[in-house]
Amino acid sequence: MNFEEHAAKSLILATAGIPVPRGVLCITAAEAAMAAANIGPCVVKAQVPTGKRGKAGGIKLAASPDEAGQVAEKILGMRIGDYIVERVLVEEQGQIDREFYAAVLPDVTARKPMLLFSTEGGMDIEDIAAARPAAIRRLSIDIDGKPAAAEIDAMLAGLNLGEAAGQIARILEQLYGAFVAHDAELLEINPLALLADGRVVALDCKFVLDDAAIYRQTAVAKRGAAGGMTALEKRGAEAGLKLIQLDGNVGVLANGAGLTMTTMDVIRHYGGRPANFLEIGGEAYTKSEIALDLVLSNPGVKSLVINFCGAFARTDVMADGVVRAWRTLKPKIPVFFSIHGTGEDEAVALVREQLGIEPYDFMEDAVQAAVKAAQ
Amino acid sequence: MIVRRKDRIIVLGVTGKQGTFWTEKMMAYGSNVVAGVNPKRAGESHIGVPIFASTAEAVRTTGGDAAVMFIPPPMAKEAAVSAAQAGIKLLVVLTEHIPAQDVMAMHAAAAKHGTRIVGPNTAGLVTPGECFVGIMPAFVPSVFKPGRVGVISRSGSLGTLVCLNLTRAGLGQSAFIGIGGDPMLGTTTRDALQALDEDARTEAVVIVGEIGGAMEEDAAAYAKKMRKPMVAFIAGAAAPPNRKMGHAGAIVTGNAGSYASKRKALESAGVVVVDTPSQIAAAIAAGLRTSHHSGKIAGQPIGHSA
Repeated sequence: MNFEEHAAKSLILATAGIPVPRGVLCITAAEAAMAAANIGPCVVKAQVPTGKRGKAGGIKLAASPDEAGQVAEKILGMRIGDYIVERVLVEEQGQIDREFYAAVLPDVTARKPMLLFSTEGGMDIEDIAAARPAAIRRLSIDIDGKPAAAEIDAMLAGLNLGEAAGQIARILEQLYGAFVAHDAELLEINPLALLADGRVVALDCKFVLDDAAIYRQTAVAKRGAAGGMTALEKRGAEAGLKLIQLDGNVGVLANGAGLTMTTMDVIRHYGGRPANFLEIGGEAYTKSEIALDLVLSNPGVKSLVINFCGAFARTDVMADGVVRAWRTLKPKIPVFFSIHGTGEDEAVALVREQLGIEPYDFMEDAVQAAVKAAQ
Repeated sequence: MIVRRKDRIIVLGVTGKQGTFWTEKMMAYGSNVVAGVNPKRAGESHIGVPIFASTAEAVRTTGGDAAVMFIPPPMAKEAAVSAAQAGIKLLVVLTEHIPAQDVMAMHAAAAKHGTRIVGPNTAGLVTPGECFVGIMPAFVPSVFKPGRVGVISRSGSLGTLVCLNLTRAGLGQSAFIGIGGDPMLGTTTRDALQALDEDARTEAVVIVGEIGGAMEEDAAAYAKKMRKPMVAFIAGAAAPPNRKMGHAGAIVTGNAGSYASKRKALESAGVVVVDTPSQIAAAIAAGLRTSHHSGKIAGQPIGHSA
């Protein structure tokens, strides 16, 4: 789950004691002008849960309240990536001497949290990693403990941080604490700025909450960004199903992420275009009825592949849901089945008897037929 | 991580609906289930399995070589850490959607106590004709049959399809190793590849990978040294970038973990990478013919069980 900058700063950083600039969240240009009158020279920042806001023109300086109102007018309603800007954060300007990068995230190879720090802040970490890998300091942390002060000091050694070193060390400790406390998948400050007055302040923050931990981070999750989903994807999410709407015309219903991705790959291999990713694996295998409704609600769908390979997921249960949905929805498009694994005999009999359709022996053949039918 | 019939298996969460269903299937197939764990029902017997209050108590009474978890995400960490502390050497974690910090804590405990975790989010391990641990349709004869092809898969459903295609082509399996769909796995593709390389009954290996992470690239480095024929299929070639496809592991950012990167790494290590799952069996058969012909592997023709 992604968060907008203002939410990440107030919920996560400020709570942990990490300094952030004074700021006000505004939804109109008039509010932005009023905020600027209190704050003074400011930065007006589009609040959307995606990167590249600056490049898109979503972050502008304003010297006066009038100017703040004018730039807010331009930014509000702007499209950045998949999002329309509905809010701006009006923040105090600071005189920036240096920009750093700090983050905590899981190191999937070591299976441990990792603290990152770089003096090359302000640019994307991927770009820093590509251009100057040596400029990124890393500290692997034991999940049952926390980084020792001496470890953080060693991490920062030789970076000529001067009097800021102490503040930065403290911020890194607090950042790690916040990462643990809030089940972060990524907690990043970029840039972490050393201001001319000697303060070290988090100018931006990216917080991604581990979706698997939402159940125990309910207060924070309420402030998460809901955007970025199509209406159909939202319906899927409400039903507990991961749906990704694509621009193709062959609908896909399969169980398990691996088999679903493979079905999409094979559609592409035979020159077709998948209309969606939707899997009903794991505990969700009982949801084939609603899942089919979702797939068929996608207006671009011209044909459908139903590919079941039951392990944990019982194909007879899934086929029963499909048959029930088919009777209710009475779709006009052709459907092509491949069914194997747990419950296969009952599932094949059900589809044969109730829908009068003979499943294909190989998924490749079902996919080829569906691709042809969609053309 | 190749399970054998002699391995004593403890089932955590045996009394739940799924625990009951799959434990019965495991036992009927030949798995040596010796104990179950549920603190609320200690002392009882469930589907013929004695129930203990803790994994440690079960280990003390019945012994235990492996444990399998039918435990929901909020309780998974505690169950796994307790199993590691109890001295379980092989822990199969089926649970999907365990918070990442809990997964890291499980791996830390496993490292400390010398436990090998398979998973999380694995469909389990199958040794066809012998036993299985997990939620795979080992008992469906059209899917699994004993043989000499080792199969490594992140996905249970796709792994099932691959075994089915092998069986239909007359190629039985020596072992199925489901490593799991999570991003942080206790057993990697490389670990599984090494186990199959060292397994005398395995003559060829199928790697069923997925986009995301660097496990296939890492496995390719090991594959370079192997003499057994290898075939791979990587799911996710058509996946849109930067979107999670269910398995949290399958997210592509930049070049790392992309389909192209994995395919290139595996091919340069001598692994045959195919475009669709039905091409796997023919590629394995061809690899086995070549290796038998060149005398790389001594043994009988494929399809005859050892």
